[in-house]
Amino acid sequence: MSVRRWLAASAVVVVVAVALTLVFVGAAPDRPLRVGSKTFTEQVVLGEVLEQLASSAGTNAEHRRDLGDSRILFNALLAGDLDAYPEYTGTLFAELLRDEDLPGFAELREHLGGLGLGISEPIGFNNTYAIAMRRERAAELGVARVSDLADHPGLRMGFTPGFMERADGWPGLRAAYGLAGLDARGMNHDLAYRALESGDIDAVDAYSTDAEIAYYDLVWLEDDRRFFPRYDAVVLYRLDLAERAPEALAAMLRLEGALDALAMSALNESAKIGRVPEAVVAQRFIAEAFGVETQAVVETRAQRLVRTTLEQLRLVGVSMLAAVLVSIPLGIVAARVRPAAPLVLGAVGILQTIPALALLVLLIRPFGLTSTTAIVALFLYSLLPIVRNTHAALTSIPGDLRESADAIGLTAAQRLRWIEMPLATRSILAGIKTAIVINIGTATLAALIGAGGYGQPILTGIRLDDFGLILEGAVPAAAMAIVFGLTFDGIERAITPRGLRAA
Amino acid sequence: MIRLTDVVKRFGDHAAVDGISLSIKRGTTCALIGPSGCGKSTLLRVMLGLLPADSGAVEFDGRSVAGDGRTLRKRVGYAIQSGGLFPHLTSRQNVMLPARAHGVDAESRTAELAGLVRLEPALLDRYPSELSGGQRQRVALMRALVLTPEALLLDEPLGALDPVVRSELQTELKALFATLGKTVVLVTHDLAEAAYLAPDDIVLLRDGTIAQRGPFAELREKPADAFVSGFVEAQSRRVAALVAS
Repeated sequence: MSVRRWLAASAVVVVVAVALTLVFVGAAPDRPLRVGSKTFTEQVVLGEVLEQLASSAGTNAEHRRDLGDSRILFNALLAGDLDAYPEYTGTLFAELLRDEDLPGFAELREHLGGLGLGISEPIGFNNTYAIAMRRERAAELGVARVSDLADHPGLRMGFTPGFMERADGWPGLRAAYGLAGLDARGMNHDLAYRALESGDIDAVDAYSTDAEIAYYDLVWLEDDRRFFPRYDAVVLYRLDLAERAPEALAAMLRLEGALDALAMSALNESAKIGRVPEAVVAQRFIAEAFGVETQAVVETRAQRLVRTTLEQLRLVGVSMLAAVLVSIPLGIVAARVRPAAPLVLGAVGILQTIPALALLVLLIRPFGLTSTTAIVALFLYSLLPIVRNTHAALTSIPGDLRESADAIGLTAAQRLRWIEMPLATRSILAGIKTAIVINIGTATLAALIGAGGYGQPILTGIRLDDFGLILEGAVPAAAMAIVFGLTFDGIERAITPRGLRAA
Repeated sequence: MIRLTDVVKRFGDHAAVDGISLSIKRGTTCALIGPSGCGKSTLLRVMLGLLPADSGAVEFDGRSVAGDGRTLRKRVGYAIQSGGLFPHLTSRQNVMLPARAHGVDAESRTAELAGLVRLEPALLDRYPSELSGGQRQRVALMRALVLTPEALLLDEPLGALDPVVRSELQTELKALFATLGKTVVLVTHDLAEAAYLAPDDIVLLRDGTIAQRGPFAELREKPADAFVSGFVEAQSRRVAALVAS
């Protein structure tokens, strides 16, 4: 019986999905102390240092690396999703707390205290923004200071998207120096270095401790109008750590004044260009600076692959299960209740048009810096193909079959179970298949909010310019999409009755 | 058995059925005939309540069809031109669907029904896509008959078939109607078919109204107007040959 087969297949899918959910969701153990870092190497190294110092004090600590930008981390700290992360004073004054108009460090500390946050003394280096050019190119144009750029309209600038937008970035710099004639575009920082090397662009925004300054033989342009504020590195932390984990906090604060710009640049260089894992770079630094032995947790490629695969499966599995359970009934409602159709289809269609990153940032507010945020976003993205296919299949059942069902006197429920759903199954499965492929691809963006998955090696690979690492995320993601696709083809073949196959 | 009083059914501004009153006696066979767009198929659907009448009364066995549709459908068998078979169900499942829907056990009737419509029982395990047009039509008839209905409503039951199979099935249908002795209302555009299957009661429709009703001989001998004579004329040579046989 095709209906029985249909029900059986649905039951199998539900049981498997529920089992997967139970396996992966599990009960969360006591929440460890969480250190975060932004998605560039210096931050990851500092994050490792903080995490290892906290661990050395006997605290269970973990490091969420490669999280999006300052705002995401700052909000996560406020919300308690993070306990500490490295930040820069310039970012706090000019970006995160711009509206407060704080005159100095003492006022900054006081204001943060009111928010329940503590700020360490400066770590010891000023990682300010700088405009960097290749040494040859700068000499050729006779450019040594930022103000010299005004004499060369048409120069191409490759700036990080954050720098393009923030008040203390390009808009402010352009106004301060009268640089409206330059051709500035936003691009990923690591890609910008490569574009600089190949001559596609003339200058980039850089941090004064960037490993690439030395590696690519770049020069900083002098900030002759003192536009950029100081970006002294500090540790931001939640004040409640003083009660929850005083030893860990004390250990992390040993970083105050312990790392100057030259030392930081060297750490960046060995991580980024020497390809030493950040955990090992941090471990060596701690041993040298504080004489403390710490554990550097460095995953093997296989361990990492297993972990990212499980994370990815959980993201995809849970979000898809929820999407299937919600969108098939939604599709049925849209098909049955005519006035509801434009509403339902319009709503899920609009969801699809929200850029993934924007959706993630929106969802961080209610759900925090957790995999739940990523799962909710993936769930929302997976609705459209399934709802649309369910609705389309149910509304395109030929008129003579509708009439026959009516003439036989089937009840609405019988018609749905015996006629409409079996006839719509193939289309619904195709919708689920489309959704799952989109889902697997989009799930790689979950790494931007620290939810792991195959996106993490991709992000790290882009950051470290490590093609192998990028493939380590991209290839399994593609393979997973193919495997799921083939599985669904198999399910479709198994549950499609012979009578529909020929058609 | 079926009584229509001043029935009107509109689609937008167009009245497909425009004030028809008609009564069909139990146990008789009635053919609704007329050119395309005359409202014959719409009329059939209104009789079963598949389409609600905009005004007028439609009664089956003294009760309005507007009320309990499900009970009515259990008492009336219905088959349409393309068969209306569900492609995801085998022929057997198609035949048994009305029984399943109404909670009736009819498995034991399979052989009898297959015999009645002269269908090879082995074909019942095939899907509709694996059957010929004639075989599909026989399965559709089995499905219409499975609940031992009091009346059969057939819309162009042979419309989709090639001439040879069609003529063969016409003969069988006539025999079947005689065997069953049920009330039959059938829609056809072919006067020969109507005259053969329902020689005593033909309803000729024109633009949603009844142009003439009566036995075939009466339509031919005493046409009510030029439309009727023209319609009969157009097909009479073939009909004459058929009636003579």
